[in-house]
Amino acid sequence: MILSKRWLNDYCKIDIDDKQFAEAITLTGSKVEGWEQEGAELKNIVLGKIAAIEKHPDSDHLWVCQVDIGAQEPVQIVTGAQNLKEGDYVPAALHKSVVAGGQKITKGKLRGVPSNGMLCSVAELGLTVNDFPSAIEDGIMVITDECELELGKDIREVLRFNDTKIEFEITSNRSDCMSVTGLAREAAATFGKKFEMPKPIVNKGHGDVNEHLKVTIHNPDLCYRYIGAVVENVRIKPSPLWLRERLRASGVRPINNIVDITNFVMLEMGQPMHAFDLRYLEGNEVNVRTAKAGESITTLDGEQRELTEKMLVIADAKKPVAVAGVMGGEYSGIMDDTTTIVFESACFNGYSVRSTAKALGMRTESSSRYEKELNPESCMLCIMRALELLQMLDAGDVVNGMIDVFPTPKPEVTLPLDADWINKFIGINLSEEEMAAILTKIGFEVKDGTLTAPYFRNDIEHQADVSEEIARFYGFEKIPNKKLAGVAEAKLTPEQQFEKLAESTMRAMGYSEISTFSFISPKAYDKILLPEDSALRESVVISNPLGEDTSVMRTTAIPSMLEVIARNYNFRTPCGKFYENATTYKSNGLEELPDESKMLTFGAYGEGNDFYTIKGAAEKLLAVLGIEGAEYIAYADSPTFHPGRTAKIAVDGKQIGIIGEVHPNVCKNYKIGAKTYIGYLESNALFALKNTDRLYSPLPKFPALTRDLSLVCEKTLEVAALEKAIKQGAGKMLEKVELFDIFEGAQVGIGKKSVAFSLTLRSPERTLTDAEADSAVQKALDALKNIGAQIRR
Amino acid sequence: MLKKLDEIKAQAVEELAQISDKAELESLRVSKLGKKGVITSILKQMGSLSAEERPVVGQKANQIRGEIEALIKQKQADLQQAEQNLKLAAETVDVTIPGKQPEIGHTHPLSIVLDEVKDIFSGMGFDVVEGPEVEWDYYNFEALNIPEGHPARDTQDTFYITEKMLLRTQTSPVQIRTMEKRNPPLRVIAPGRVYRSDAVDATHSPLFHQIEGLVIDEGITMADLKGTLEAFAKRLYGEQTETRFRPHHFPFTEPSCEMDVSCFKCGGKGCSMCKGEGWIEILGGGMVHPKVLKNGGVDAEKYSGFAFGIGLERLVMFRFGIDDMRLLYENNMKFLEQF
Repeated sequence: MILSKRWLNDYCKIDIDDKQFAEAITLTGSKVEGWEQEGAELKNIVLGKIAAIEKHPDSDHLWVCQVDIGAQEPVQIVTGAQNLKEGDYVPAALHKSVVAGGQKITKGKLRGVPSNGMLCSVAELGLTVNDFPSAIEDGIMVITDECELELGKDIREVLRFNDTKIEFEITSNRSDCMSVTGLAREAAATFGKKFEMPKPIVNKGHGDVNEHLKVTIHNPDLCYRYIGAVVENVRIKPSPLWLRERLRASGVRPINNIVDITNFVMLEMGQPMHAFDLRYLEGNEVNVRTAKAGESITTLDGEQRELTEKMLVIADAKKPVAVAGVMGGEYSGIMDDTTTIVFESACFNGYSVRSTAKALGMRTESSSRYEKELNPESCMLCIMRALELLQMLDAGDVVNGMIDVFPTPKPEVTLPLDADWINKFIGINLSEEEMAAILTKIGFEVKDGTLTAPYFRNDIEHQADVSEEIARFYGFEKIPNKKLAGVAEAKLTPEQQFEKLAESTMRAMGYSEISTFSFISPKAYDKILLPEDSALRESVVISNPLGEDTSVMRTTAIPSMLEVIARNYNFRTPCGKFYENATTYKSNGLEELPDESKMLTFGAYGEGNDFYTIKGAAEKLLAVLGIEGAEYIAYADSPTFHPGRTAKIAVDGKQIGIIGEVHPNVCKNYKIGAKTYIGYLESNALFALKNTDRLYSPLPKFPALTRDLSLVCEKTLEVAALEKAIKQGAGKMLEKVELFDIFEGAQVGIGKKSVAFSLTLRSPERTLTDAEADSAVQKALDALKNIGAQIRR
Repeated sequence: MLKKLDEIKAQAVEELAQISDKAELESLRVSKLGKKGVITSILKQMGSLSAEERPVVGQKANQIRGEIEALIKQKQADLQQAEQNLKLAAETVDVTIPGKQPEIGHTHPLSIVLDEVKDIFSGMGFDVVEGPEVEWDYYNFEALNIPEGHPARDTQDTFYITEKMLLRTQTSPVQIRTMEKRNPPLRVIAPGRVYRSDAVDATHSPLFHQIEGLVIDEGITMADLKGTLEAFAKRLYGEQTETRFRPHHFPFTEPSCEMDVSCFKCGGKGCSMCKGEGWIEILGGGMVHPKVLKNGGVDAEKYSGFAFGIGLERLVMFRFGIDDMRLLYENNMKFLEQF
């Protein structure tokens, strides 16, 4: 909402500077977003009068003007405009001046004749011919006597192009503040001034409105009130300067007196109005009804709009002539030959106007007010104001009477003024009288401990709402700042502690945290080569997404990780390691909320990374979390991963994650030209399995013996099986078994491999003898033999 | 003979001064103190001395031997020291060559600031709770006093799954869920992802993060709200930080407010960061609307409370001077490694 300060001053005189004003009124709840001075960039442009004008000696289109600017000597200015004559009043940009758009004007010569400035058009002043209808587009602005013609005076003052435009952010509960009077009321209450709503007076006219018009409301739930008034012998002409300048400073283009009156009333009172040309209302009827199937309307902006049965329209006997509260139809508007008009002042249901405006994709000044819910009480005041202005402007002859259809009045809101409750709620200590004084200045009535909310306030229904009015005018800054009383214990839940530990471990291992969108493209499932029937394709689907790329909630965070790796690869970062404790969403159908669970997803690409580094990260994480006995089971069946370099991770037979090299075809889909490794672990499973309680085990008192074993076995025999056999065979003396070499080659035979382990043996009770160690190793070898592994000779 | 001994010593001292390596020192030791050395030969000649002279010369000879031994030992230590010095000098490294840095992972800037906010509220007794991101219309709107048709629904362009299921547009539904689950007194914050149908640009994202806060107890007033949020601002931005509370409107709080903090760049004088205002808005809040308390099953006669919502991205962007929100979700390593 843009407020003209000049207009505000009509109702509430503001005598402090703009910054102070903005700060103070912001603190009572009307937030100022900014302000700007009209014509601020203009410099050194004054009112001049053409004292003499003659042809340029060397040009057939230039004119040499002697411009009287109230100084002793006239200023000589050469112009190319053809619309000037002696005696014209014009804007003269003098030497060293600035015109609209920032262009600097200095003196110079035009074809040898000195010119000490420039005469300006409306556009060069940052104005339009709508603002000054007597001016022309392509010529110098000739100023008429509607302005005060004082030569040499700053042109902004002459044209009254010096208002301050203040921009407010009006919250959705305050439709009343979408108006000059509404903000004037707030300003008056803020600065301790008086404010009175205007009381329009309409002089007696002629005839009887009922002879001209019939109004019917067919949907009283969507139209609370409709008032129609008729004006005959309309005299279309421009509005006077005072009216035009107020519209301009409010960001509305002046058009003609009738249209300007409707806009003026809307801006001043917050009630949108409309004017119809009665010629085009067939049957002289106004029907407020929902549109019929198949109906359409061409709106004022020339667009053809298809209407639906949910949309409220104003229709004549046959067709819609306006979209109620949004925009008028093309032919119903005011034209130069209009003679009889109908003024509409109506109150429509806010939600209905909002949905219609949204569906038609046209939010207008009118709809943006209706959608915040207006009150039918103000309709009468506003139509009176419109007729008063009409008579003031001599723009037509008012027909006596109005048609006022008012099926749905809104009940008055009354509440007890509970000062105790309010004091306790806000933390202040005001008397009932002090509260009543605050409420009275913003239009409430308080009598015998009961308050009545003013009709224009839709947002008062509870004591808490009243407390806000008290608090904002008492001053939020005066409410004390208090520390919360009482002791509260807060600590992280075990889940939160676990997440913190898991994530800090990932970072300690060199993985950086990423944050990715939870919605992905359904095509991502194709990119990671999920089969058509994969359960992971059953996503929660957004019905109104911004685009396909963000249209389904991810069931796996692998695509997100791949996107990040692809992006970094593309940014020429040679390698990287990332993790995200990413939420995934598993659909439970449309009647239940999905399961949201976190997947600790980690990925690495480029130099220094291979299957065993990412596996090592998983192993270390499990170790930190105290999860023992994890099995890594070769997994060739995931199309996303390399069939020979992928493992399921299982604990106690239950799968908790996967690690592996990403399938080259998937990398190709993401245009990643480096080997990429991804793993994930289900956060919930990790949390359930974790054991971070630690018990100290005594440091060894006796020395250990080590034995190296070099084995030969089939290439396909997994190291895990060998380790298991060694552990079983060697028994409890075996403290540690470590793989230290794997070798394949002709020396060990085709299809075979050599695997070397280092065994550490120790007893907590005594120093082991070589014989004891050898015997344990022998048992291990026996066990190995059973699974087909021999000692290498 | 005594004189001879003195000469031996003097000569030894002279010779020692010339020696520069261990081998020379050893041969000197042998020639002076060895079985065939000069001292031994003196001692061997003792038989020719008188009974009076013998103990005197013997004593002297032992004394000189001791002295020479000490000198040799000293020389030995000196030589060793010199040798080590040479070795160390040869081992000199260029300390300006960059060190070998261990590779560590970086914390995402959103987490850095979120952790800080959690710590601050944790210190004031707030638990951290969570709620679902795919939410019922009821929790996201209706229970928060935003019924069907309320204009506030339009300002938060919502992603819908079905007519009743949506992606939460705010973390406020966690207020209701918390009230349903726990009894007052309550102090919680609820950080999380929220979704609005805004196209991506430098200051908008269809997904962003909020931190909801809720306090419910007997006798909670607007003064508690102000005191708590001011304490938060001072802990986040320093003790010198000033706060300003402006009336605002949220359907689920009444009175509602927004809190500005004095600009952390210019201290309130006005600069490009605060657009000349001296203030930067960081959160919205208010007293929980009694209707909302009721919807959460809390006795609104007995209890009152306040709630607030903080936009995490905004805090993060101000904190690190990030001017484009997209950077936060792009996860470029060159960006991440700066934190």
